[in-house]
Amino acid sequence: MNLAEQLPVLPVIIPLVAAPITLLLPQGRAPHLWATLISWLTFAACIFLVSAVSDAGVISYHLGGWVPPLGIEYRIDLANALVLALVSGIASVVFAFAYRSVRVEVDPRQSTFFYCAMLICLTGLLGVTITGDAFNVFVFLEISSLSTYALIAMGANRDRRALTAAFNYLVMGTIGATFFVIGIGLLYQATGTLNMADLHDRLAGQSNRMVEAGFAFIVVGIGLKLAMFPLHLWLPNAYTYAPSAVSAFIAATATKVAVYVLIRFFYSVFGFDFGFVAFAFTYVLLPLGLAGMFIASLVALFQDDVKRMLAYSSVAQIGYMLLGLSFATVEGLTASLVHILNHALMKGALFMAVACVVFRTGSHSLQAFAGLAKRMPVTTWAFILSGLSLIGVPLTVGFISKWYLLTAAFAAGHGYAAFLIVASSLIALVYIGRVAEMMLLREAPSEGPYAIPIKEAPLSMLIPMWVLVAANIYFGVRTDLTGDLATRAAEALMLVAGGAP
Amino acid sequence: MDDWIDFALGRYNYWIAIVLMMTGLYIVYERGNLVKKVVGLNLFQTSVFIFYITIGKIAEGTAPIYIGGELDHGESEAEAAGPLHDAPADGANALGEATPDLADKIDNSGQILHGKIANDFPANDLKAGLESLKPPADTSAEASLHKAPDIDAGKIANDALAAVEKPPAPALDLADPAGLHGADAAHNAIGAAVHHTSEVIYSNPLPHVLILTAIVVGVATTAVGLALAVRIREAYGTIEEDELEAIDNIAEFGEGAAPAGAAS
Repeated sequence: MNLAEQLPVLPVIIPLVAAPITLLLPQGRAPHLWATLISWLTFAACIFLVSAVSDAGVISYHLGGWVPPLGIEYRIDLANALVLALVSGIASVVFAFAYRSVRVEVDPRQSTFFYCAMLICLTGLLGVTITGDAFNVFVFLEISSLSTYALIAMGANRDRRALTAAFNYLVMGTIGATFFVIGIGLLYQATGTLNMADLHDRLAGQSNRMVEAGFAFIVVGIGLKLAMFPLHLWLPNAYTYAPSAVSAFIAATATKVAVYVLIRFFYSVFGFDFGFVAFAFTYVLLPLGLAGMFIASLVALFQDDVKRMLAYSSVAQIGYMLLGLSFATVEGLTASLVHILNHALMKGALFMAVACVVFRTGSHSLQAFAGLAKRMPVTTWAFILSGLSLIGVPLTVGFISKWYLLTAAFAAGHGYAAFLIVASSLIALVYIGRVAEMMLLREAPSEGPYAIPIKEAPLSMLIPMWVLVAANIYFGVRTDLTGDLATRAAEALMLVAGGAP
Repeated sequence: MDDWIDFALGRYNYWIAIVLMMTGLYIVYERGNLVKKVVGLNLFQTSVFIFYITIGKIAEGTAPIYIGGELDHGESEAEAAGPLHDAPADGANALGEATPDLADKIDNSGQILHGKIANDFPANDLKAGLESLKPPADTSAEASLHKAPDIDAGKIANDALAAVEKPPAPALDLADPAGLHGADAAHNAIGAAVHHTSEVIYSNPLPHVLILTAIVVGVATTAVGLALAVRIREAYGTIEEDELEAIDNIAEFGEGAAPAGAAS
């Protein structure tokens, strides 16, 4: 039993085992340091996995030694290796960042539980990504969701609306997860298996009501989890009232993992043989993606709360991902995967910048940002740079996403979609511009609640934030890294799905 | 007409699941009280539990709990099936003892495979599975699996049996050429062993196990939901959604800004 053989299970086992140990640690710094250390270890394991998968191809790990169609299989190909690296990477940055922010935003008595819940959430997200078993996806999805509800509710220390936000998320998330289970049940009834690869083999050629109903339940269930446009109602409040570190973590990871699950089910489980997939792409994902891009961006434009604005922008960005995967081409899928990675980088950085502002001013209202360029220049520039990335300015990752998406749109013959992508990016320019204008051009208020003299955020927050900002630029210049991996991942997925629909 | 009645009555458990599901969703949607919402959510989840149990049911099948007394072939057989829940190696050895003539044919890799297969599926299920496969060869069983299934107890049984049939195939794939013989032997040994057991048909245990997991998740969700309701009551003094919304609106926009919807 050497460690290399057990590598695929480590990203799930390390945080899972570490989470309860957190509760035994004394209050204060210890839980934070422990959680950060664990997140780094997990990240290291994920990086090893990516390089192993990149060299050797698909890794299949049999949990407990049970042979796959019966036992639970962890199946790691390039697509989920990338998402694994992303989730654990964001975790390692946000966990390091969290300490000061959590100390002011979360009840000190809950800080130990906070890190415990963060680790459990990380376990769940990594588990959803790594597993090759359909029912296992549900279990991990609920592990991450339940801890997320608790984490969001911890924002109640500052604003009691966090409680209602968490409750609404709980109701919607549970309905989504239950729909997903119904779908899995129907598929099990049709095939007698839960292993994704096995499901794919056995679903081939099956197209009856039961499978179609299962498909619909799964799409709606995951749609709720990933905040697909009309199902996004839980998201803005949850992101707004959660503690800032939690917002940064879940905005960058939770919905991305759900998008990954959707891709996995569309491409690896159902495949293009199944007629409903093409139908769902053309009549559900494409229009909803476009609608989400526009409507959510427009709503974001009129928000006076920066966190809520970023939350609506997240809904819009999910629209881009859905749009990319609905093209059902290698280019489209690549664009989707690249945007999953890139959006996590930019949204993580943006929410961390807001967290810094909240740390000093105690508010995430737009008014609190007035004149910040003079008082908190480092934070301001982090916000502006990652904001530019969100808009899609060249030399940032956002540009790479948009580039892949536009190429894919033209290649798939959706020229109008390309036009709409550019138009909605302009809306992003306006809403990021509003905040930038507030920070750069307005005078700091001399009286009122935000008049207190403000220093720059502490280094323990600035460094992790700038790591993400630097990643935004680094991956925006070194496009070959993510782009190539994503292209290879997309090609592998398309191969399983069976070519064009 | 009779067909329709049969169709409706024969699937009464599905009707129960559907009615419960819709009732639960309606409560979640309609009731403003947060605790009632949680109860509705529970009802909704319960419908899924019933649905899963329906999937696992096999006509004439009993609960998937091993009935020890039903074995009619001496102690060695009881031993063979008894320690199935133990470590794989135990199961393999026990079965090996049960069929001494085959035991020597089973080489090392075969024994491990054997153990796994035996461990995963109670001998009686295997018997049912193997017997149903008797006339046709393995491949036709695979084929029958790919036939479009109907929502029908018989078909469900078929699916379950097919699932039972599944282990040897992938096991064979994984065994190296040298191990092939062992795997075959293991397969035969199980066949021989289970043929001595009596006619007990069990329902498919897998959906039961799945739904046990889902019940745990459901209980956890209810607990978190109710805990949130308690905290909301502490913070707001109410758990009625309309009032919560009104309080939030007043807090944000001042008195008199309560939206029209809040009154209803």
